[in-house]
Amino acid sequence: MPKDQSIDINYVADLARLKLSDEEKETMSNQLNDILGHFEQLNAVDVSGIEPMAHALKVHNVWREGDEAGPVFSPSVVNQLAPESRDNQVVVPKVVE
Amino acid sequence: MSDLYQLEISQLQKGFADKSFTSVELMRSVIERTESVEGRINAFIDRDIESALQQAEAADERRSKGQSLGPLDGIPVGIKDILAVKDQPLRCASKMLDSYISPYDATCIENLKNSGAIIWGRLNMDEFAMGSSTENSAYGVTANPWNLDCIPGGSSGGSAASVAAGETIVSIGTDTGGSIRQPAALCGVVGMKPTYGLISRYGLVAFASSLDQVGPFSRTVKDSALLLESLVSHDPKDSTSLKREKESYSQVLDSPLRKLTLGIPKEFFSEGLDPEVKEIVTSAIEWYRTQGHSIVEISLPHSELCVPVYYIIATAEASSNLARFDGVRYSHRSKEAENMLELFSNSRGEGFGAEVKRRIMLGTYVLSSGYYDAYYLRAQKVRSLIRGDFEQAFDQVDAILTPTTPTPAFNRGEKSDDPLSMYLSDIFTISVNLAGLPALSVPVGFTKNQLPVGMQVIGRAFGEADILGIAHAFERSHSYYQMRPSL
Repeated sequence: MPKDQSIDINYVADLARLKLSDEEKETMSNQLNDILGHFEQLNAVDVSGIEPMAHALKVHNVWREGDEAGPVFSPSVVNQLAPESRDNQVVVPKVVE
Repeated sequence: MSDLYQLEISQLQKGFADKSFTSVELMRSVIERTESVEGRINAFIDRDIESALQQAEAADERRSKGQSLGPLDGIPVGIKDILAVKDQPLRCASKMLDSYISPYDATCIENLKNSGAIIWGRLNMDEFAMGSSTENSAYGVTANPWNLDCIPGGSSGGSAASVAAGETIVSIGTDTGGSIRQPAALCGVVGMKPTYGLISRYGLVAFASSLDQVGPFSRTVKDSALLLESLVSHDPKDSTSLKREKESYSQVLDSPLRKLTLGIPKEFFSEGLDPEVKEIVTSAIEWYRTQGHSIVEISLPHSELCVPVYYIIATAEASSNLARFDGVRYSHRSKEAENMLELFSNSRGEGFGAEVKRRIMLGTYVLSSGYYDAYYLRAQKVRSLIRGDFEQAFDQVDAILTPTTPTPAFNRGEKSDDPLSMYLSDIFTISVNLAGLPALSVPVGFTKNQLPVGMQVIGRAFGEADILGIAHAFERSHSYYQMRPSL
């Protein structure tokens, strides 16, 4: 684990697509650095030869049996959830100039 | 009949059967009680009284035709605001989902409906289940019924407080790092996190997918067992839900507990444990010894690493799961956006609260290029070691007994500015999620200030019947389950 690593808050906020105010950035930098400091105790553990564990149970390759089409939501149901919609489609700002 | 809200499920079913009262009368009693205490507790974000009474009527009608659907028929079940109930709001206590209405039922909700349960309200929680005090809700804080200045625990604080305060008979919560067991302990009720994979997560808004699990809250162990029987099912819509024979957890409780070997992990009784909590839990453990069970000291040597491992894995998974809240297809959309990127980041910046933002940032950081191996991969390896500790322990013992929390309920605001100290309040519960095991919290006493103390019983994978039996034996030999907060 990198030592004396302080978090580049602007870079991470950009990766997370999360707008933060200057005040939030300052508070969060301090808090996150504290928390990352606490994580450093993991450095002391010998993990050589240990398999990473992604999941609680040893279950692999679960396939669907007899995958048949079931009921789906109608466009009107889905559109009702969207903040803005038109002609059964979700409206978003222009992506391609 | 005004105090029907106090009763347990078996008493209610008996009353229904011998026509002493109806489900509608029960529901009215629960509604009346809720109206009188909710102003002080704030356990609910929403209540649909009309729908609850209609469901109660339907239950009475089934019963009058001899078509009762079983022990949960006509019993109100409060629902944490993180599970989808068709045509009801689902906010995850967040501004992000302020106007979201679920178009479908979660599988566990479908199971409850098929059991005839009355789906009752939307219970308050920490936003997106991130927190240990229910202070991170966009809909106000929930009070602990035993002391209104104290937090009820979290994240399922509304689920625990509503059961303790008599605003429902039982409720449902979710547990990613202790979010059922910790509030159950602090509110003096029973709360259980089942084995990972036992209950479908379909329709549960994901926080940390490899850790999340749905579970029951109740005032008695037997009521949790009955609720669990309904919640469990194999679900093709959740690839982590397991195919298993259905078990009758409640019937097991009717036979006497066999003699067991119970393990006491020494790491859970060291510094940081409140002396009163220690004394109360230790005397509960002594009671098991007097009943002829064998008590052995065990070691879970990697326990102190649980907090860093958990907060790396859980935030990493959360940062990925919460990417879906982008202001496009549903959720809050910012009005200040010129282009797509601004739409994403402004909507998320406006919609999420401080703790959710903090965890998204932490999770994004530990997964980011250059840090993945140092944090996430390393945490996953230590997670293997933590599971290994439990595997070794269960070679020797049938179940493990620990305090559920290091302290009784703390005061509102006490830890809200210090996220690290809040994270450390989960220290006894999170290893169980990392290992995927079942565990419950059962009330074992009260502090001098009349705050409840919970004991955690941890079982082998799919050992639900064992841990329910262990907790039930204690409960029926003591009177804590009959104690009610004065409200």
